[in-house]
Amino acid sequence: MELTGAEIVIRCLQEEQVEYLFGYPGGAVLFIYDALFQQDKVKHILVRHEQAAVHAADGYARSSDKVGVALVTSGPGLTNAVTGIATAYMDSIPMVIISGQVPTYAIGEDAFQEVDAVGITRPCVKHNFLVKDVKDIASTIKKAFYLAKSGRPGPVLVDIPKDVSNHKTTFEYPPSVTIRSYHPAGKGDSRQIRLAGQMLLEAKRPMIYAGGGVVLSGASAQLADLVRLLGFPCTNTLMGLGGFPASDKHFVGMLGMHGTYEANMAMQHCDVLLAVGARFDDRVIGNVEHFAEVPRKIIHIDIDPASIAKRVKVDVPIVGDVKLVLDELLDVLRGGSKTPAAAEVVAWWKQVDEWRAIGGGLRYKNSSEIIKPQFVIEKLHEITGGDAFITSDVGQHQMWTAQYYKFDKPRRWITSGGLGTMGFGLPAAMGVQMVNPGATVACVTGEGSIQMNIQELSTCKQFHLPIKIVSLNNGYLGMVRQWQEFFHGNRYSETYMNALPDFVRLAEAYGHVGMRIVNPADVEPALKEAFARKNDLVFMDFKTDPTENVFPMVPGGKGLSQIILAEEL
Amino acid sequence: MRHIISLLMENEAGALSRVAGLFSARGYNIESLTVAPTEDPTLSRMTIVTSGSDAVIEQINKQLNKLVDVAALIDLNDGEHLERELMLVKVSAHSGNREELKRISDIFHGHIIDVSKHTCTIELTNTCAMLDSFLEAIGRDLILETVRTGASGIGRGERILKL
Repeated sequence: MELTGAEIVIRCLQEEQVEYLFGYPGGAVLFIYDALFQQDKVKHILVRHEQAAVHAADGYARSSDKVGVALVTSGPGLTNAVTGIATAYMDSIPMVIISGQVPTYAIGEDAFQEVDAVGITRPCVKHNFLVKDVKDIASTIKKAFYLAKSGRPGPVLVDIPKDVSNHKTTFEYPPSVTIRSYHPAGKGDSRQIRLAGQMLLEAKRPMIYAGGGVVLSGASAQLADLVRLLGFPCTNTLMGLGGFPASDKHFVGMLGMHGTYEANMAMQHCDVLLAVGARFDDRVIGNVEHFAEVPRKIIHIDIDPASIAKRVKVDVPIVGDVKLVLDELLDVLRGGSKTPAAAEVVAWWKQVDEWRAIGGGLRYKNSSEIIKPQFVIEKLHEITGGDAFITSDVGQHQMWTAQYYKFDKPRRWITSGGLGTMGFGLPAAMGVQMVNPGATVACVTGEGSIQMNIQELSTCKQFHLPIKIVSLNNGYLGMVRQWQEFFHGNRYSETYMNALPDFVRLAEAYGHVGMRIVNPADVEPALKEAFARKNDLVFMDFKTDPTENVFPMVPGGKGLSQIILAEEL
Repeated sequence: MRHIISLLMENEAGALSRVAGLFSARGYNIESLTVAPTEDPTLSRMTIVTSGSDAVIEQINKQLNKLVDVAALIDLNDGEHLERELMLVKVSAHSGNREELKRISDIFHGHIIDVSKHTCTIELTNTCAMLDSFLEAIGRDLILETVRTGASGIGRGERILKL
């Protein structure tokens, strides 16, 4: 029996066990929506803006290890989706985005709602396809899922012209796929892994630095085993949080621009650095030249060869899936008779503890007069038992959440790290809640970020998503304000948020529960009440101290040891 | 340092723009780029002449390899290789300089492929550096038009780039 291209698209999604499709209809995808209407296996989640569809699919993927799928129409549907696609690309999130295109005969004629989707998304996808023949739809979608999930994951776009979605052919879903020009890495080189093992055992000032690759690869257990076996300090990047338990005694906190003093100093002064699924980006090691001033041996495990030796020189590169490489490294270490240099490592820990004392840990001065944002996050951690899925937007609230919500499990911290996309948090939380029904999902945001996709409160109502929105409302675009205070002579150019809506009434207008919390004494009771409302979306509008800044801080372009501690300002 | 990178890629619409886009997005130098199908019509062979520090060249190689459409790649400078570029040059000619032009063309193994009342067109195939020398020998004043294909490269002897 012959099926239309649209029916084939839906059948492919069924074959891929796609439960939820996040999307928004339009002219170029009418046939696909018609095919969707006539089945009930793939459930469609109607968002209110295409950017949100992609973020929701992204949150779905990040919290579940499945491929997130979004469906948008041509032209503005696609361009609206681009921010979401770029967000997923920067953080290596497996996603398939299906976009409608004008009919093949109209391509290139500046047709209504035409945009060069493949051209516009090329720099921010792992790969993309324009399907010109209905016979190619099934094999292309198969390839798209394979590419999205294998190797270093990423978003893949499949652009389908309207006429192709209405042409007919026989449907056969390929059971497997090979792409002759694509060979994702698997196991690492055994000789390099043995060399790494030897180098770690000889280290006097060792450091383990783990990023989002650990989470993506599902290698948290291996990482924890390795750290505990060696007894070395371990730090996480923003993307890696939860990849190693924050409550473990070997954890020295997040590193980087707003990392702990001890993590940054240990990173700077170690003699052997094991980098696992991390990419030495500018927000992590700051100034590259400054970082290179201290000689150290670097072992770098990453599935993407292009991530190795991109910003720093590496002594032992290991290209491979983090989980497989760590498994083999653990075997090497357990199989040998040598143990780490005990006395030296003890002395190194003493040094790390001294730094911890100098840094004074993560701290802030609490107040009984005005709500401190850090206090809200600490209470959030306490009340959710540290076990919630937390999404965030971008800015100060994101850093405070990273610092004060001590993530012990992977895939619980859902944040836009690479692209830093404001407006990510709420739609991402929708995807998280979809794939984790019954779980506690909170979106930590600010009054700036939340307004970038606030229309999704309507989607949450339609699909009964009981997300808890923790908005730290300080009336400012706080992170930009902080930089203006530090580096631009207190000239708060356009960072004051004037004419804010009444968020309580706004939440109520969308059919949700709104709460305004002004007094520090009300923080805990409010959070308790909100989280007790299992079936309601609760919007908590916390009026927080507008002068509060994120510390510690490594200023942009500076080195890790040039970190500013709270009391220095 | 100047490098010649040779690669085989899927002969598909948009493949060239993936490579060109990569170079512009990451700010890599591109001196020349040539592309044409191979004996296997599903594959295109591309030669890219670029320059940069060892670290930059390493990144270029890795980033190119990362493109899903790129099937195989070699940096020709990693071993012995041959390089050729085709150039067509139209020069201003008159009875007084035709002999001299012919002589210079012969020295560089060029061929005169077209002659008109005031012009003479010479075809040359050689290394990029030799083509530069030829242009210098002719002199900028006489040159009316220059067309170069960009370098094509191939490994010497048993060094073969094939799927």
